[in-house]
Amino acid sequence: MIAFDNVAYNYGGGELLSEVSLRLAPGSFHFLTGPSGAGKSTLLKLAYAELLPTAGHVTIFDKDVRSLGRNDVALTRRRIGVVHQDVQFLDHLPLAANVSLPLTVSGKQGNPRDLTDLLQWVGLGKLADALPPSLSGGERQRAALARAIIMGPDVILADEPTGNLDWEMSLRLLTLLAELNRMGKTILVATHDLNLIRQAKAQVAARVLRIRNRRIQLAGADL
Amino acid sequence: MIASFQALLFSDRAADRVVPPTGHTAWLTTFTAAAMTFLAVFALALSLASGRLAARWSEALANTATIRISAPADQMQQQTDAVLAVLSGTPGIASSRALTNDEQKALLAPWFGPDLPVEALPLPRLIEVTETGEGYDSEGLRQRLLAEAPGAVLDDHTRWRRPLATAAARLNLLGGLSIVLIGATMAAMITLAANAALAANAQVIRVLRLVGAQDDYIAAAFVRRFTLRAVAGSAIGAALGLVGVFLLPPVDEAGGFLTGLGFQGTGWLLPLLLPPIAGAVALIATRAAAFRKLREVQ
Ligand SMILES: Nc1ncnc2c1ncn2[C@@H]1O[C@H](COP(=O)(O)OP(=O)(O)OP(=O)(O)O)[C@@H](O)[C@H]1O
Ligand SMILES: [Mg+2]
Repeated sequence: MIAFDNVAYNYGGGELLSEVSLRLAPGSFHFLTGPSGAGKSTLLKLAYAELLPTAGHVTIFDKDVRSLGRNDVALTRRRIGVVHQDVQFLDHLPLAANVSLPLTVSGKQGNPRDLTDLLQWVGLGKLADALPPSLSGGERQRAALARAIIMGPDVILADEPTGNLDWEMSLRLLTLLAELNRMGKTILVATHDLNLIRQAKAQVAARVLRIRNRRIQLAGADL
Repeated sequence: MIASFQALLFSDRAADRVVPPTGHTAWLTTFTAAAMTFLAVFALALSLASGRLAARWSEALANTATIRISAPADQMQQQTDAVLAVLSGTPGIASSRALTNDEQKALLAPWFGPDLPVEALPLPRLIEVTETGEGYDSEGLRQRLLAEAPGAVLDDHTRWRRPLATAAARLNLLGGLSIVLIGATMAAMITLAANAALAANAQVIRVLRLVGAQDDYIAAAFVRRFTLRAVAGSAIGAALGLVGVFLLPPVDEAGGFLTGLGFQGTGWLLPLLLPPIAGAVALIATRAAAFRKLREVQ
């Protein structure tokens, strides 16, 4: 689905990521971990073409991101659900309209029942008409997850999706991601919550990638 | 470009709502379009009127001079022949011809009635002179006429109109230039307003891109807004301008320059072209501004 081939990235200072090669096979579940500032969010941005690699190749759905025009990038993003670390909404639109925004911009008519169900499912059924600025951090993160999956994407990338959630809600979200994975979705979750990763291993066959010294490595049992 | 015309026609309410309402910049665009169109209506009226004036005056110039011969009856024919001979040898004169009695009668009819016995009256003989484009040397011609036919008087009073005709043609050009400048100013103002709206909505644009919106979709949300405002404002400005021109006090022929400042016949329909033009200007300006802004967002 998404492959990195000897990718390097730097924001202008020194190199942040070097020689990163990885492959997200269809239906796989990966965690991405590493210290704060290691470049987890940067790697995710490379994976949905918000950033272009400074060296090497990022391939999304068998296409090199550098070969994608702006319209292709937009079409590609419709197939990737992203939960951003700094979740952003359109503050003038109610939550329900924000969650269905990917449908709106791609000219699709969503089923209102599905939207209601989805909001119920992430525990935001009562907040459908609330404006984003009035939501708590955890509510925003759950809304972001709902927005990420409303298009039925093939791939879900989540950047610290449990950052603002209590343990119970984190587990619920994890269960949700595991369920999506069982439905065949490819999933990558960036987190530094090792407890969450341990908990996940009981539910899904997840692999753990770790960024250390600008390189990426597969974490073993030393987690 | 075609896509944005289509988007304009098949307005999509949901797509409009993804961009928050922009408050006062909305009025700025409408007001600018109204004011600029109002000015354009007058520039158009001026340009058309001076165009008509230039055409009328240069037409009159093409057939300017008359030579009047006053001589005793027995010398009349001889002096007429002499004058015609001089004229045929003068550079800058295309043709010349003595008016017949019937023609002179027709000229005098408004004053003396149709039954004037022209033959019996000691009327001067009139010779119509048609110049070439370059014109002739009127002082030289006058000297030669004095020598050959003392009773001949060159009357080229319409010559004073030549600089006026040039001025009218120039005014016509300036009127057209003003319309172009007004259009350019409107484009600049709308670009500024659109840039302000785009900058205020940078976050909105980023979110739309991240959830998979294409550039055309995002640009259209802004373009539609500014185009509709410009068309509405321009329609108001055109209506007010037309009323203004319509209410100009009528000035009769003797009023000289002001004669006919305004529109004639189908000319009244020309200002109706201004709102669609304003819309096209707004569309192009906003679209260019939107795509410039979008290039900053991956
Ligand atoms: N737009 C940018 N311009 C310059 N430097 C940046 C930019 N974005 C991130 N960085 C830097 O790149 C490094 C990695 O940032 P990144 O957000 O990828 O880290 P992270 O692993 O996600 O951290 P965290 O766990 O805190 O979210 C940081 O040092 C950060 O300061
Ligand atoms: Mg991060």
